Amino acid sequence: MQRVAVVVFPGSNCDADTLDAARAAGSDAYYVWHRDTDLKQPDAVILPGGFSYGDYLRSGAIARFSPVLRAVSAHARAGGAVLGICNGFQILCEAGLLPGALMRNARLKFLSRPVQVRVEATDTPFTRSYERGEELTLPIAHGDGRYVADAQTAAELEANGQVVLRYVTDNPNGSMHDIAGVSNAGRNVVGIMPHPERRNAQLLGGQDGARVFLSLEARNATQHAGDMRAVDGRHLRV
Amino acid sequence: MTDPQITPELVHEHNLTSDEYARIVAMLGRTPTFPELGIFSALWSEHCSYKHSRPILKTFPTTGPQVVQGPGENAGVLRLPNGWAVAFKIESHNHPSAVEPYQGAATGAGGILRDVFTMGARPVALLNSLRFGPLDEARNRYLFAGVVRGIGDYGNCVGVPTLGGEVDFAPGYSGNPLVNAMCVGVLKEKDLIKAAAHGVGNILLAVGSSTGRDGIHGASFASEELTHESEQRRPQVQVGDPFTEKLLLEASLELIASGHIVAIQDMGAAGLTSSSAEMAARGGVGVEIDLSKVPTREPGMTPYEILLSESQERMLVVARRDRIKEVQAIATKWELTATPIGKLTGDGMYRCTWQGKVVVEIPGQKLVDDAPVYYPDAKEDPRIAELRAASPTHHAPRTPTDALLQLLDAPSVASKKWVFEQYDSTVQASTVIPPGGDAGVVRVRHEDFGIAVKTDCNSRYVRLDPYEGGKATVAESARNVACTGARPLGITDCLNFGSPERPAVFYQFREACRGIADACRALGTPVTGGNVSFYNESPTGAVDPTPVVGMIGLLARADRAVPSHARASGDAVFVLGETRAELGGSAYWEVCHDFTGGQPPRVNLEDEKRLIDLLVTGAERGLFRSAHDCSHGGLGVALAEVAMGGPYQESGFGLDVDLTAHGARLAAHEVLFSESHGRAVVTCSPERAGPVQALAGRIARHLSRAL
Repeated sequence: MQRVAVVVFPGSNCDADTLDAARAAGSDAYYVWHRDTDLKQPDAVILPGGFSYGDYLRSGAIARFSPVLRAVSAHARAGGAVLGICNGFQILCEAGLLPGALMRNARLKFLSRPVQVRVEATDTPFTRSYERGEELTLPIAHGDGRYVADAQTAAELEANGQVVLRYVTDNPNGSMHDIAGVSNAGRNVVGIMPHPERRNAQLLGGQDGARVFLSLEARNATQHAGDMRAVDGRHLRV
Repeated sequence: MTDPQITPELVHEHNLTSDEYARIVAMLGRTPTFPELGIFSALWSEHCSYKHSRPILKTFPTTGPQVVQGPGENAGVLRLPNGWAVAFKIESHNHPSAVEPYQGAATGAGGILRDVFTMGARPVALLNSLRFGPLDEARNRYLFAGVVRGIGDYGNCVGVPTLGGEVDFAPGYSGNPLVNAMCVGVLKEKDLIKAAAHGVGNILLAVGSSTGRDGIHGASFASEELTHESEQRRPQVQVGDPFTEKLLLEASLELIASGHIVAIQDMGAAGLTSSSAEMAARGGVGVEIDLSKVPTREPGMTPYEILLSESQERMLVVARRDRIKEVQAIATKWELTATPIGKLTGDGMYRCTWQGKVVVEIPGQKLVDDAPVYYPDAKEDPRIAELRAASPTHHAPRTPTDALLQLLDAPSVASKKWVFEQYDSTVQASTVIPPGGDAGVVRVRHEDFGIAVKTDCNSRYVRLDPYEGGKATVAESARNVACTGARPLGITDCLNFGSPERPAVFYQFREACRGIADACRALGTPVTGGNVSFYNESPTGAVDPTPVVGMIGLLARADRAVPSHARASGDAVFVLGETRAELGGSAYWEVCHDFTGGQPPRVNLEDEKRLIDLLVTGAERGLFRSAHDCSHGGLGVALAEVAMGGPYQESGFGLDVDLTAHGARLAAHEVLFSESHGRAVVTCSPERAGPVQALAGRIARHLSRAL
């Protein structure tokens, strides 16, 4: 059973959904408040969707300065698994834990709809239970989801296999290279715009998102080199 | 700064008649102070006092075994299984949206959310019912885009899914759009809290945003006609802050659960004045507020401004007198302030002080309960009677195919995807049926049951025949909810009309309400509250009468929810119910013949009830693969929508139906476009066709195996 810390900013609104999805996958999931600096020894940290601090300035621009982000950065830099969903992805980009940035959607409107995405990388802690090339239907709901990076960064992302999810047929927000999710070079930090926690049961229209959370639980057998365990609040390579 | 002299002009500016003013003087035994005049103006406005509508509203059925809380509270509450309850309410924000669409609509969503979470319920769904003038006018496009963006930005940030509603366009709404927002929340029945202040000595706290100069006299503004000068009312439109709303939502629910408070109410229309006066009157206590303690956004605000500000995201809380620190600690956790501003008293007076001096002193119960009541004249406009008897004059010759394509292209019939994709419809991960179908459905976590919700109103019917139109509004909303398999439980209503002082408008209002009451009685769906919005008039006249109904349904098993659109080829298609030659008020006549008139279809409430039972039973037995209401645009449009397979079906289905037997004795355009009530289109797998036919008996017509 993995310990999964779900970070709660005052404007998070997918925190409960994310916690539930992680628990449904069998994880020991718990909340960490934005003012806390102790993540309580998680195996993975998830930054859920929402509007962190209202996001009136720019999505995630204030959240990157929050006390909890210092702890999340330390966890990430030590190789710990971190997933940012939607607003969480925006925060990870603002905080420099992921390359690139998320800009206003190309058509300048908030967009809530199901999209088709293809799994491009399965060597991350959150996608290992998928097949490479598998196509998923997941909901998006965002106004700032257009992924951009400079040409060199984009080329590196492609060359290193850091594109995790890619929109198929319909690119809803104008993201470059149809990017819907990326990882850092170490593969331990992942950001995605679609909401897997909203599609983890037949009742909700499908369960294509469930394996994002199940992937965490499936890691024991296939731990990759960068896998981390937290011991006494400090991350040690095992 | 000294208060102005009370003159007849000043009284008139406050929208009070000389009779009403005399009533105030008699009640007080003296001339009112300036702040007192402002208070009476707000609380005796139509918006707050329902002075023209109260006698009519009393005719609504409001009781039933499922009713936990009927009209009179911030929201109505109905009972659900396993100790759960649903709190819901609809409200208008028409006037602010007409002058400032983005903020007007956003704060409409904000206000209705607060009405629901102050009952102790967590909001789980938003809906909205929107009406605009035709989109070929630039101003209407501006209002439409602004309203949709305003609702979206607010609801999306707070994190409540928008599950549906309706959008319609008609010339009668040019210059006076209608923006009605509905919120649905769930709670455990035992956790219900009411907005009745009690316990002399308990403390009033202002929680949330500070008080500014925005929205002063919004309630009075909402109670007058829109004119060319209304643009100057822009400063009276409040500005929304959804992030603070989210904090206030979490803080309020935590305060309610904590037991530290005895009552809570939104400082909504008429701000501090109405929230404090209404809570005190409900609890039969007096109240004393020190206005100089109210946190303000700018220096120099007067008692008058503080009492009447409609700054958003503010709550008035009555805390147990020994729990102030605990209340403040919860507020601080959510980065809000909670400031003691007054206390409950035993003398029944509504009293406000300012720098040690009493500036307001009014008998509290009388202030709220003794608002004048009017019984306006009601008389049908003879032009409407003529229109009802008329039929289209120029019959443009068209094939049924041309007519169908033209109908599907009309903004009021076409898919509203452009609108609902701007609203987050899946946050909270509980959406079972998203927007784009008959009704939205949400699950309740860790329970089997679900809740179906829908708003409806076809104003064309109401305009032509208000009684039948009122019935139709309830019938259609019940039918929509039943199509998902849910049993209709009860309604909230938002009654949008012109000036009640015009006999023709008051006739529409009275008759539409009679229709709503009769239908609610027949269908067993009591009215649990709502909102009356009069004075929806622009320089071109009154809006089309639009009594919007928000229906709640209970789905015994959320996993049996039936979608609206076909899901498999080879399925059998049935029409349930009878099609009659009823083209009056139809989309077909309006779109293809440029004629809005005739006798609208009549609702047979017995048939309607039978259809609802059938839809619910069929869904419970898992017989249907889809079920879709047949209404605007008739059977032609309904069948096309079913075949298209929903907003995200790439290729859709083909459909091959033989309507000869169903529409014997009718012309092709009558079969296809008649809007007879009591009908639905259902599809089922071929092997279930027998059981469906057996269940439905003579009201089902098997069209073919055609998808």
